[in-house]
Amino acid sequence: MTAIQDDRSGAVAVSADAGVETPFRRFLSDYRESPVAVVGAVTVGVIALIALLGPWIAPTDPYDLATVSILDSRLEPGEAMMSGTTAWLGTDGLGRDMLSAMIYGLRISLGVGIGSGLIAMLIGCSLGLVAAYYGGRADTLIMRVVDIQLSFPAILVALILLAVLGKGIDKIIVSLVVVQWAYYARTIRGSALVERRKEYVEAAASLALGDRRVLFRHLLPNCMAPIIVVVTVQTAHAISLEATLSFLGLGLPQTEPSLGLLISNGFEYIMSGSYWISTFPGIALLVTIVSINLVGDRLRDVLNPRLQK
Amino acid sequence: MTMLHRLGAVAIAFGALTTPVLAEDITIGIAAEPSSMDPYFHNLGPNNSMIGHTFERLIEFDSNQQLMPGLATEWKPVSDTVWELKLRKGTKFHDGSDFTADDVLFSFERADQYTGGNSSFRTYTKGKTVTKVDDHTIRISTAAPYPLMPNDLTTVMIMSSDAKGTGEAAKNKGIEAKDFNDGTAAIGTGPYTFVEWKKGESIVFAKNEAYNGNLHQPFDKVTFKFIPAAPARVAALIAGDVDMIDNVPTVDIARLKKDSKLNLSQGVSNRVIYLHMDQFRDQSPFVTTVDGQPLDKNPLKDAKVRKALSLLINRKAIVDRVMEGVAIPAGQLLPDGFFGRSPNLTADPYDPKGAKSLLAEAGWGKGFGLTVHGPNDRYINDAKILEAVGQMFTANGIPTKVETMTKNVFFSRASKGGPDNTPEFSLILVGWGSGTGEASSPLKSLLATHDPKKGWGASNRGRHSSPEMDALLAEALSTVDDKRRGELLAEATDIGIGGDQGIIPLHYQVNTWATRKGLAYNARTDERTVAYDVIVEK
Amino acid sequence: MTVFIIRRLMQAILVVLVMSFLVFAGVFVVGDPTQILVADDADQAERARVIADLGLDRPFHEQYLKFLGGALSGNLGESFRFNEPALGLILERLPATLELAVVALAIAVLFGIPLGTWAGLRPDSIVSKTIMTGSILGFSLPTFWVGIMMILLFAVVLGWLPSTGRSDEITTVLGFPTTLLSADGWSHILLPAVNLALFKLSLVTRLARAGAREVVHQDYIKFARAKGLSESRVILVHVMKNILIPVVTVLGLEFGGLVAFSVVTETVFAWPGIGKLLIESIGFLDRPVIVAYLMIIVLIFVFLNLMVDIAYSFLDPRVRLQDMKS
Repeated sequence: MTAIQDDRSGAVAVSADAGVETPFRRFLSDYRESPVAVVGAVTVGVIALIALLGPWIAPTDPYDLATVSILDSRLEPGEAMMSGTTAWLGTDGLGRDMLSAMIYGLRISLGVGIGSGLIAMLIGCSLGLVAAYYGGRADTLIMRVVDIQLSFPAILVALILLAVLGKGIDKIIVSLVVVQWAYYARTIRGSALVERRKEYVEAAASLALGDRRVLFRHLLPNCMAPIIVVVTVQTAHAISLEATLSFLGLGLPQTEPSLGLLISNGFEYIMSGSYWISTFPGIALLVTIVSINLVGDRLRDVLNPRLQK
Repeated sequence: MTMLHRLGAVAIAFGALTTPVLAEDITIGIAAEPSSMDPYFHNLGPNNSMIGHTFERLIEFDSNQQLMPGLATEWKPVSDTVWELKLRKGTKFHDGSDFTADDVLFSFERADQYTGGNSSFRTYTKGKTVTKVDDHTIRISTAAPYPLMPNDLTTVMIMSSDAKGTGEAAKNKGIEAKDFNDGTAAIGTGPYTFVEWKKGESIVFAKNEAYNGNLHQPFDKVTFKFIPAAPARVAALIAGDVDMIDNVPTVDIARLKKDSKLNLSQGVSNRVIYLHMDQFRDQSPFVTTVDGQPLDKNPLKDAKVRKALSLLINRKAIVDRVMEGVAIPAGQLLPDGFFGRSPNLTADPYDPKGAKSLLAEAGWGKGFGLTVHGPNDRYINDAKILEAVGQMFTANGIPTKVETMTKNVFFSRASKGGPDNTPEFSLILVGWGSGTGEASSPLKSLLATHDPKKGWGASNRGRHSSPEMDALLAEALSTVDDKRRGELLAEATDIGIGGDQGIIPLHYQVNTWATRKGLAYNARTDERTVAYDVIVEK
Repeated sequence: MTVFIIRRLMQAILVVLVMSFLVFAGVFVVGDPTQILVADDADQAERARVIADLGLDRPFHEQYLKFLGGALSGNLGESFRFNEPALGLILERLPATLELAVVALAIAVLFGIPLGTWAGLRPDSIVSKTIMTGSILGFSLPTFWVGIMMILLFAVVLGWLPSTGRSDEITTVLGFPTTLLSADGWSHILLPAVNLALFKLSLVTRLARAGAREVVHQDYIKFARAKGLSESRVILVHVMKNILIPVVTVLGLEFGGLVAFSVVTETVFAWPGIGKLLIESIGFLDRPVIVAYLMIIVLIFVFLNLMVDIAYSFLDPRVRLQDMKS
């Protein structure tokens, strides 16, 4: 758990003196032991880059109704559209370039996954820290809610929430936050309880530093390792969950298609031979989730002191 | 993949043979499950198709929605306000009891006073008094002349007056919906007897050996399986799990056509897909300037603007590209061959130039912005059609955003999502199927002035209103003479659509059924999937 | 013990109450079910009458209180769509879902434990690494997508198995209707069950691996080996026993997860269980069925959690139920 205890100092050390073994360097070399995980990390990087640069690298804007034409519908991969642009991965039933639609869809998928993850982390971590630091009533109350919620599968909670809230990108983020925050709360409370008994916290407390300062400046940074693992796993989970909910017709509206919704839209073409409409987004989704999970899996192994020899 | 092939493989895999499928049985995969076997519980497409196997109506629709004898063998007006019907003699209910005029009276009473249903048949029974002349003759009278009598009689099914149920005697004659669903009260005179309904799964019917009516009985046993997901339905047919499916998705038609083991049956339906436009607000919430700023006027109130929008739609492209050629461009409420059509109206051509000059004439030469709304799970390719319409508007100076949503949310908002329960949207895509098979039903519901007291304009979500058209429609509805009534309805259509462009018709839906080789289907204009219209090719 | 159970039940009642309120209020706001239930050509008076018949014209609190009153006497209301008791509709379809979940669970356990044990005992072998990477794949594959691909491959292209639905050959064993006694039943359940099992298979594999990795280094295993016991005996008796405790307890909880996740599988394979009913009911805004489904599911979960806690206290005497209060 101490491996990347202080990430910032590690980064500084790297630039200052390349020869010294810092926790961060040890972490890197541990991580590199698994080639599969390295491939995963590189893929995640590439995917993130594509999503970030989306509008600049996508061949067309698939949602600009002024340029999309129905006359381009269901072109096979490699055919040219009326505008002259080649649709390398074909077009969908409305004449949108699949490659562009996937890049935009990736942005939405990642945006929803990471966005909901961050909000959930903020809420979950705050409540988890509060529970661990103050104990007593606050702890009992927060953890009771966490327990109850975690006893229900995420998909069920999200499903019911969306049935109640209706469709929309904001609504799906709300549902994903609701299903995720409890994981963060539980994780951080667990490690914060361990950390709290350590001397540095007692020292900080005895210096009469404010609660908030102790919580966020001292406790939080030292609980980061497990949180990082949970973040990766939960992000992958959130992306997958969003895709599933969109498939069930409860997630995103048609105007903001994520990868999951693209697959779902392509589902109707699956028997007709236009395989590309759901296959390519399916592969993109799969690669995204698998590579995030590979990273998460490796992080768990590297950051878990019990498994380190 | 043939049935035999699959069975063989299963047999090898599991070392046991499943029951061989007999040629006289049929399994049909359908998209929609009925909500009840009670004939009066819910006036809904799937219910009317399913229950129609077990219960007959006095007058039936053939596959083209033309009248044909059902339990009544003859019908004629004996005065302006009274119709006389002769009932089919020698007809027995599935429990062996005789069918007489008393059963008709009983049925009309239960239908008319039905409580707890999800839209009753009262629309068709109200204002009608049924009297028994003798065991096989009845008379139905109305206060005013009522020319649509035979059409209305194609809706209410006839049940046995001996049926017993478990409910309180005062309500629905003591018979509850569940008594039909488990079969106790599902006693009709129809070509098929009800065997069982496994909810979410299937409904099974068996041939009624004592049947003496006009409907066909091509099979001994009919199983309807509910497979809502379209690709799953197609997969089930290709894999040989079912012999026939309805609602073949347009995208799969090309491939299924090539499959030598399958047959496709297609037919135009009575359903028109159209756009409704806000014609009642001075400022419409989803109409903006070209840059998306609020607009203080509502261009959609101007008939010229509505006409221009119609000219901006390339119906042929929609039919070819979105509908895969399986639809017919529409210029009015009903396709060729239906009663009350206007001879003057054809589908508007794609004419951007004409549209632009009309817009300029109306003072909207610089265009305006729109957000259009529609359902994504109600009509064939609904979301895609709207998206295509959005493309066409945008390409011609009317920047358009498209928002689609599930039907349960869409229809609530489209009907009463605005202030004071007014329609919320500015321009929507919807569809209308004429259950009575003639033009008065869409005219009354979609284009007549919204008036809850009269029951007119119930689905007039654009609130088009033309006193002149209303007057013509009122006259038509009380004109018994068919020819004259047809002319009046056509004139009303000319005003509502030709002159006012109260709605913009896009196309008539064409429905597709697929069967295995050796079978075919009489594609029905009322979109029903029924075993008695399946043709066994010898 | 009794205090613990009572506490749990109180908690369950609170959860049910809060959830029913949320769902009730939510569906109330989302839309008007009569808009899609009522026939297109019904006039305004007819629409108003249906709304009144369903009680939807009453103020919200009145509707909710009426529902609560009914719920206390075991009546969760009648489905808007079918006009039959919502509870009955769910109970009618529950066996199909349970059957699917049980078979999926069996697949997950029967394949997951051996795979995971293997991976745990020989963590550095190629096979183990493949198993573990495979399990990540299992975690990552979107269930619905795999289901579609399975239908395409096994039903359409190869034609080995039926594409959708459940077998008609239902036999009742001890009051539980099942299709598992016929070959046709198995041919129908195989694809959906495997589809549903994939995620849990990965989970069981990982649990078993973690368990195996931890026990292998424990003294009693080393001692057993030192005693000269055969490797297979060490694994089957000593290692397995210690893997099974966490697996069994987690599975108790995961069974509930399977029931919930069957929503996706049932939708893809048109399996006539409660998950498909839920999705349809959401589509029709059939509020009584949605609420009833939720209550049944909550009850199932509370029951399972209770069973797991009690079982756990028997399996592992170190855990006392009193400790689990917080």
